This record gives sequence, C-alpha cells and structure tokens, in this order.
Amino acid sequence: MSINQSGWRPEMTAGDSRAPAPGFTGNKALMLEEPLIFEIGDGETTGVDLPAVARTGASRFGGLARTAPIGLAGLSEPETVRHYTRLSRQNYAIDLGLFPLGSCTMKHNPRLNEKMARLPGFADVHPLQPVDTVQGALGVINELAFWLIELTGMHGVAMSPKAGAHGELCGILCIKAALEKRGEGHRKVILVPESAHGTNPATAAFAGFTVEDIPATPDGRVDLAALEARLGPDIAAVMITNPNTCGLFERDLKAISDAVHAAGGYVYCDGANFNAIVGRVRPGDLGVDAMHINLHKTFSTPHGGGGPGSGPVVLSEALSPFAPLPYTARTRDGHVHLIEEERAEEFSAEHFDGRLDSFGRMTAFHGQMGMFTRALTYILSHGADGLRQVAEDAVLNANYVLRSLEDVLDAPFAGAGPCMHEALFSDANLAQGFSTLDIAKGLIDEGFHPMTVYFPLVVHGAMLVEPTETESKAALDQFIGALRSVAERAKAGDAALKSAPHFAPRARLDETLAARKPVLVWKDPAPQREAAE
Amino acid sequence: MRYFTEDHEWIEVDGQIGTVGITDYAQGQLGDIVFVDVPADGRSLGKGDEAAVVESVKAASDVYSPVSGTVLEGNTALADQPDLVNSDAEGEGWFFRLTLSDEAELESLMDEAAYEAFVAKL
Repeated sequence: MSINQSGWRPEMTAGDSRAPAPGFTGNKALMLEEPLIFEIGDGETTGVDLPAVARTGASRFGGLARTAPIGLAGLSEPETVRHYTRLSRQNYAIDLGLFPLGSCTMKHNPRLNEKMARLPGFADVHPLQPVDTVQGALGVINELAFWLIELTGMHGVAMSPKAGAHGELCGILCIKAALEKRGEGHRKVILVPESAHGTNPATAAFAGFTVEDIPATPDGRVDLAALEARLGPDIAAVMITNPNTCGLFERDLKAISDAVHAAGGYVYCDGANFNAIVGRVRPGDLGVDAMHINLHKTFSTPHGGGGPGSGPVVLSEALSPFAPLPYTARTRDGHVHLIEEERAEEFSAEHFDGRLDSFGRMTAFHGQMGMFTRALTYILSHGADGLRQVAEDAVLNANYVLRSLEDVLDAPFAGAGPCMHEALFSDANLAQGFSTLDIAKGLIDEGFHPMTVYFPLVVHGAMLVEPTETESKAALDQFIGALRSVAERAKAGDAALKSAPHFAPRARLDETLAARKPVLVWKDPAPQREAAE
Repeated sequence: MRYFTEDHEWIEVDGQIGTVGITDYAQGQLGDIVFVDVPADGRSLGKGDEAAVVESVKAASDVYSPVSGTVLEGNTALADQPDLVNSDAEGEGWFFRLTLSDEAELESLMDEAAYEAFVAKL
C-alpha cells in the first residue's frame, strides 16, 4: 500500500449550506460566463498587424466606397480561439453523453470514419478536377451507391441530395416527372398519414401537390381502410414513414403499396428511421418506389452539432429513369464514369434502353463527399452481420427504455407490443400544472440533452426517446434513472421543477417573451451611453 | 348573434357585418400566442378559406373564415399585442371583420350551447 506523504487530504465541511457569494467574474469555477464577441472586441484590435499603406491615387470603389467603420469586433488570435472554445464547452454533444432525441438517430460517429474521410485523396479533391484524377473518390460514390441499392432492394439511387428533406423533394420530383411522362400530371393529391414526419407534407406542398391527411388507428399505425377509401384517379402518391414517428413498424406497408399501385399512384417512404430495420427489411420488397436514406442518421455521419447531412434517394425501376444528374456508374470498360448532361444520352442507351429522362439537377455537384466516405467506411467496417446487429440493438435498447419507464410515464402504444427504435411517452399522468416541458428542463439539470418533445402530434405532450444502439446498459440505466427521478418529481408536483434548469449556464428562459420581442442583432450600447453623458 | 365552427372560430354577426376570432378554448390549447397575421382589407374570402395565421410558442395554425365575405378590416392591435388573444379571445382579441356575402351560410354553424357540447366531447 502506498501512502500519500504530502499531507494533502480532500476535505469538505460537513453540513455547510452557506451559499457562496457571487464572485467577481460571474464564472462558476470552470464554467465560464462568456460575453458576446462584440463585447470582447473593438474596432481598435486586430489579429493581424499590417503596415500602414500610403494611399496613392483615388479610390477605385467610386460611390461604393465604405464611409463608416464596418462595425465588426476585432480580436487577437488567442481571444478568438478562447471565445469559441469557451462557447463550445456550453454545448452538448454525442461525444459528451447520451443524446436521446427521438426521430434523429444521434449515434456515435466511429473515429475510423473520420480517419478515412480525412485521407487527402477524398478530403482535398475539387468537384471541377479532371475526372481522371478523382477515380478513387468516384469509386467511393459508386460503391456506396451499390450498397445502398443492395440494402434497400431498390433499382437505382440518386446520390446528390444534401439531406433528408432535400431527398424527399428529389423523390417527389421523380414521381412528378414519371406522372407527367405518363400524361397523368393531373394527379395532384399526395396522402400523408398523421404518423409521418412533419417534413413530408411540407415537401409535397413545396413540389406543388395538395396534401391530405390519413388518420392513424388507435394503435398508432396508418388506417389502411381510410387510405384505401381515399385512393382514386387524383392521387399522385402516398408518403409513409416506416418505422413511423410513434416508433412502430407499419405492418401493412406491402398492402398499402399494392393498393396505391393498383390506383396508379406511387409510394414514397421516409427512410429517416431506416436505422431500426437496416439489414432486416428491404423497402424494395415492400413495394416502395422512392426512399431517402439519411446517411447522417443510419450510417453514422456527424449529425449532432449540425454536421452536414446527406440524403441519397433509392428508386424503384419505375422511377430510376427520372433521377437527377449527375450519376456515377461503372461502365462496361471497367472505369467509374461520371455521367453529366453531355454523356446522358450515351448512358441512357447503355443502362436504360434509351429511357433515361432525368428531371434535372438537385445540386451543382455530386453530393456530400465527406459523408459518402464516412458512410461507406461504416458499412464496410460493420459488414452485413454488423448492420443487422445495429438494427437489433437499437430496437432492443428502445424497448428496454420503454419497459423500464412505462410504470412511471404513460406509454400510449406500449400495449400494442414491442416498439421499434424509439420509445414514446405522453404527459397523461403528471401532476396538475406540470407538463412535458418541465420534464425536459429537469433532464438538463441531470446532465442530459432532453428527448424530442411535443412530437409526434398524435400524442399529447409527446416525449420521444431514441437511445440508438450506441449506448451500453449502464448508460441506459443512468438515463432511465434520471428520467424516472424527474418524472416522479413531476407527478409529485415538485415546484422546483417548474423553474428548472437551475444548474445550466442559463436558467429557464421566457420563451414567450423571446418569441414576441426577439432581439436578433447586437446593438452597440455606446451611442446611448454617449447620449446619456 | 354569435356562431361557432368545429375549427374553433367564432363569428359575431350584426346585420351584414361579422367579427371573427378564435375561441377561448382554442387559445388555451395554443398556449402563449406570439404572432398574428390578419387578412388585408378588401380581401375576398370563401367559407373555409385560410384567412389568418396565429402563431404560439408551440405551433403555427391557420384560421379559417367561417363564412364567405369581403374583409373590412383586420385587428391592427394584434400586431403589437398578440397576447390580447390569450387574455380576451372572444372580445378584444378579435381577428378581422368582414361583410357577409351569404347569410344562409350561418345556418351550418353551431350556436354557443352546441359549441360547448362539442368542446366537452374533445
């Protein structure tokens, strides 16, 4: 046994409840109070020192020359670095802890993905480089495209959409192009069930369609009878989220697809929740015509903190000819070729029997290269068995959360059987005056990012928890314990919970005042000060 | 005479002129209201048309015109004080006035007792 000879002993005065007086800075030990950047810097400071230049001749800006200072704060380099580093410490991230946001799939991003994405051959290429010099990068896009088609059982894939909603728009525009090609552009209605993602009706409306709701059954799934009753010659498509936002698998999807196809429509599937079924279910087998895949959810490219998204859209044989350019495809000479407008005709003859009829372009270039590299790394490093286990563990973890908390929180669909990748609770049995918001704020004091709240809309005061496959049982138990504790306080009517969070850098904000009187730009207090003097 | 819709609008009719707002039940469901967009003067509205938008901290919702008509004026006080809808939904928090084009449309609306019974079942 080694003995600490220094005389140092950690001590704490027992029972000392004297609150410390606020310090000089307002900092709480290492949790720093950080002013706005405009309050740190001024017009006199700069990070770069340039020698004064003697002005010779007249300004060439003419009437466009600036007459007053630009008003940006000048900071030295260490001030700038410290400012943003301090702010970053007030953030919550997947690398800090469990991120239970439902419908978002906040999973761990393996460091191997980052290593691959930073290889210069992928990281330092430019989309306008000669194609001969980027064969490796194109190979990655093509191989990822192959695996996305393989995993979904679909026919083709448009790789360029930049995120989920962009992918939805791509899929719906493919449907629109296919309908117009058939001479059925008069089909103007898209049916969207209540259990679908909120972006679905927005996408349909943006693409010029009329949106109609389809109700959910009491067990939280699409009402097949109501949907079949609405089908007709004016229906362009149905948009379904599977698994849906109640965390439930839409068991009737094949029957829905058959009915929609029989009525001349197409089936769009929101693939945001693909994580729950990857490796187990192929949407192509269920009759889906188009589905976007959020690489930043299912295939672990950075999502938390606003990392770039990527939303490739897999397409059925019926819709593939209408996919946006550019394509990448391995042609018969063995090379991976980028198919732009000028090669489209040749490509059409070779791969689509001359039927290629692309609706246009979604983006200037080829999509999110960095995300493609990460997603392919994830797929190849997991393998088929690994991806299957991802789905199984994600579902197992969500069911563990659901069953561990259904005695304390109301779980509206728990009686209908197991959930998929997310557990849904409601505010049904909280004390009078307590709401889902109080539970979310209480979780912040417990050191967790709150779950998704008030969504889906079909449940009152919804709390949607998606633990993902990332978390260990110990991490889940800690989260469950924290949520249970907060829920019990809300049921017991603990008044302190109404003003939570108490330990965050800011206590509960007045959201109403913030929305009614938003302060959107920094205003220099100096003129007022001068006026007062 | 005051009439109500299943979408929680009320309309107070005085001769040819109707005053439209959302019900106290609706404001309670919406929560703190932060923004109201009222229709422009002279706009022609059909029964059931989207006439106004009400935004709370929770959600943005469309307000439908209970009857057809032409907008006389929107409630300009709501621009600065959207909370009038919370404090007095069926009075000071009115949204717009319109000239009715078809009084017969009122027959399809609920009276106060029928609306109360409708809300009680929700």
